[in-house]
Amino acid sequence: MPSATAPPDADSTACVLDLEGIEALVRELRARGRTVIGPTARDGAIVLAELESADELPYGWGVELEAGYYRMKRRTDAMAFAHSAGPQSWKNFLHPERARQWTADRAPDGGMTVRAERPEPTSFAFLGVRPCDLRAIQIQDRVMIGGRHRDDAYEERRTGAFLIVVECVEPGATCFCVSMGTGPAAQPGYDLALTEVLDDSGHRFLARAGTEEGAEILESLPHRPADDITRTRAREDVEAAAGRMGRTMPDVDLRALLAGTLDAERWNDVAARCLTCGNCTMACPTCFCTTTEDVTDLTGDHAERWRRWESCYDMDFTHLPGGSVRSTGRSRYRQWLTHKLGTWWDQFDSSGCVGCGRCIVWCPVAIDITEEAHALHQESLEPQAETKGEAS
Amino acid sequence: MTAVPLPYRVVSNRPETTDTRTLTLRPVGEALPAFAPGQFAMLYAFGVGEIPVSVAGLQDGALTHTLRGVGAVSRALCAVRPGTQVGVRGPFGTGWDLPAATGRDLLVVAGGIGLAPLRPLVQAALSTPRNHGRLNILIGARTPEDLLYRSEPDAWGRPYCGMTVDRAGPEWTGHVGVVTTLLDQAAFTPHETTAFVCGPEVMIRATGRELLHRGVPAQHIRVSLERNMHCATGHCGHCQLGPLLLCRDGPVVGYDRAEPLLAVREL
Ligand SMILES: Cc1cc2nc3c(=O)[nH]c(=O)nc-3n(C[C@H](O)[C@H](O)[C@H](O)COP(=O)(O)OP(=O)(O)OC[C@H]3O[C@@H](n4cnc5c(N)ncnc54)[C@H](O)[C@@H]3O)c2cc1C
Ligand code: SF4
Ligand code: SF4
Repeated sequence: MPSATAPPDADSTACVLDLEGIEALVRELRARGRTVIGPTARDGAIVLAELESADELPYGWGVELEAGYYRMKRRTDAMAFAHSAGPQSWKNFLHPERARQWTADRAPDGGMTVRAERPEPTSFAFLGVRPCDLRAIQIQDRVMIGGRHRDDAYEERRTGAFLIVVECVEPGATCFCVSMGTGPAAQPGYDLALTEVLDDSGHRFLARAGTEEGAEILESLPHRPADDITRTRAREDVEAAAGRMGRTMPDVDLRALLAGTLDAERWNDVAARCLTCGNCTMACPTCFCTTTEDVTDLTGDHAERWRRWESCYDMDFTHLPGGSVRSTGRSRYRQWLTHKLGTWWDQFDSSGCVGCGRCIVWCPVAIDITEEAHALHQESLEPQAETKGEAS
Repeated sequence: MTAVPLPYRVVSNRPETTDTRTLTLRPVGEALPAFAPGQFAMLYAFGVGEIPVSVAGLQDGALTHTLRGVGAVSRALCAVRPGTQVGVRGPFGTGWDLPAATGRDLLVVAGGIGLAPLRPLVQAALSTPRNHGRLNILIGARTPEDLLYRSEPDAWGRPYCGMTVDRAGPEWTGHVGVVTTLLDQAAFTPHETTAFVCGPEVMIRATGRELLHRGVPAQHIRVSLERNMHCATGHCGHCQLGPLLLCRDGPVVGYDRAEPLLAVREL
């Protein structure tokens, strides 16, 4: 996480790393006791996993994405980061799927001792954070540690994490970071930013530091000064990526659009397709909702509190003694989308969507958040019909 | 302490009505910060689970809660024996904010167990009679047996404390009908009144509508809302009501905010 001291001027730290430099980077981070997490090809997908060396990066792999469709495909070159979002995101590490929060023991006299789970000191280095995913991390920061009550375990993992952003030069067909203002260029918040360049002059990375620690690490790696050709090529590739987004959002104030859709006919249409399986919420890098589980051992005198991810698509999510508040698929899809694009602003002063496209790719029935937003926009332009679908 | 429960000893557990009990709890060691009327605690029944429960009394360092046993955790809490311990986190959420009603007439409207979170507000108002205008208390319940704190309202009624029930046997000589039918007996100047309303959501909506109709300004109608909650710290996402996270922005909200949200089905 960026330190409180003034960050170095990123451009003044710009230099070029060869593949050898990337290998040295992983070695150096590991030597500093960090667990390096980055993309690697495994079981037909590009997953995020611990890297022991830079050899494990998915050199030469790309991905083919569409709504409800994901395939790895061989590239004709050896690019390592020419693939967009995979099935996981960094929340799998910062806000894990299941975690113990505290344990309690009961004495024979009915007395109770509660022990907080001491967050394990972790020191992650995330290699290959896409600009949209950097924003997603910052959005979860607002939720988990930006309010009155801070989540200690999240804070521990987050403040210890070293973030290496890799700018996007190969957006997927489901990407729309430009619409959401989150990419494809790196925005502040990184320790190091890299841009991968591969041309006649070789395979290399333009690197900049965003923090003191980033600058110090960069300095320790084999590197050479940034040359104009590499700088220009890096800038042009990122600019070209911005022009090749596979998807867009309607060019309107999405928060205002969603606030006006509560009785839209479109929710019935999408509800007829949505399975309320919750895949979109599990894949989304900003979705943070959880539930708790209380368990006891066989004696009944040792109890544990666990927290695990839960989806707003689950029927029980809004359980009250009189029944669930959102009992229909219509109201649950509406909750998800109006939260992502609208009410997230009211709650956390940001969008809840960064345009990574994961929810589109991992939806089993190919529901596309951008298509739904466009349809809602279209409907909002139509003259008010006499009878709306379901009055709400 | 908001993340990990503190042990509190059950000092007493007495029946309130046939299906509700009132617990009095005292800290075993460290105590939680002071609760304000309208705020809630997360009560943990050992090994069973944790639920949101409003404070129903705040006398001399003790926490009082009145609970209805409706499911696993609330039944376990209703069954705790004096001397044993429960876990408590809090205080959470917005309170009724009595100081903001300084100089105004007060109208307390309770439906069923909704009287529990209003009780410490009434006690606070009674202890500072000069800070506000007339205090009116309107209490509704399903049957006479469901009226909470039966011995207390006699001491509350200045100038008006009324009770009504939906259904009653011959022994009931009081009012029958929904709680809003008591409004005609209450003494208040609508535009100079702050109302405090808690009960089932249908009752809150009916009361809100009637008070608006009589000229009580929407932002001076304070209602307490209920949604599913797991963390109470704004992290679990369950208590959303449109733009609101009710554990943080509620449970007490102004009717100006609540009315449009409650009007949307399944929000
Ligand atoms: C701010 C607030 C204040 C409350 N104050 C009181 C009070 O003073 N007295 C009182 O009797 N009740 C109160 N309730 C309602 C009480 O929390 C529920 O009756 C209780 O959670 C039911 O849980 P259960 O396990 O007994 O029942 P079940 O129906 O079996 O509940 C299953 C699980 O749902 C979860 N849950 C979380 N929040 C709720 C909720 N609001 N309602 C239902 N389930 C929930 C719990 O984890 C619970 O274990 C309050 C609720 C809120 C939100
Ligand atoms: S809503 Fe979809 S596109 Fe937006 S951040 Fe979540 S997964 Fe990515
Ligand atoms: S939108 Fe798709 S992924 Fe999300 S709950 Fe519906 S069917 Fe599942």
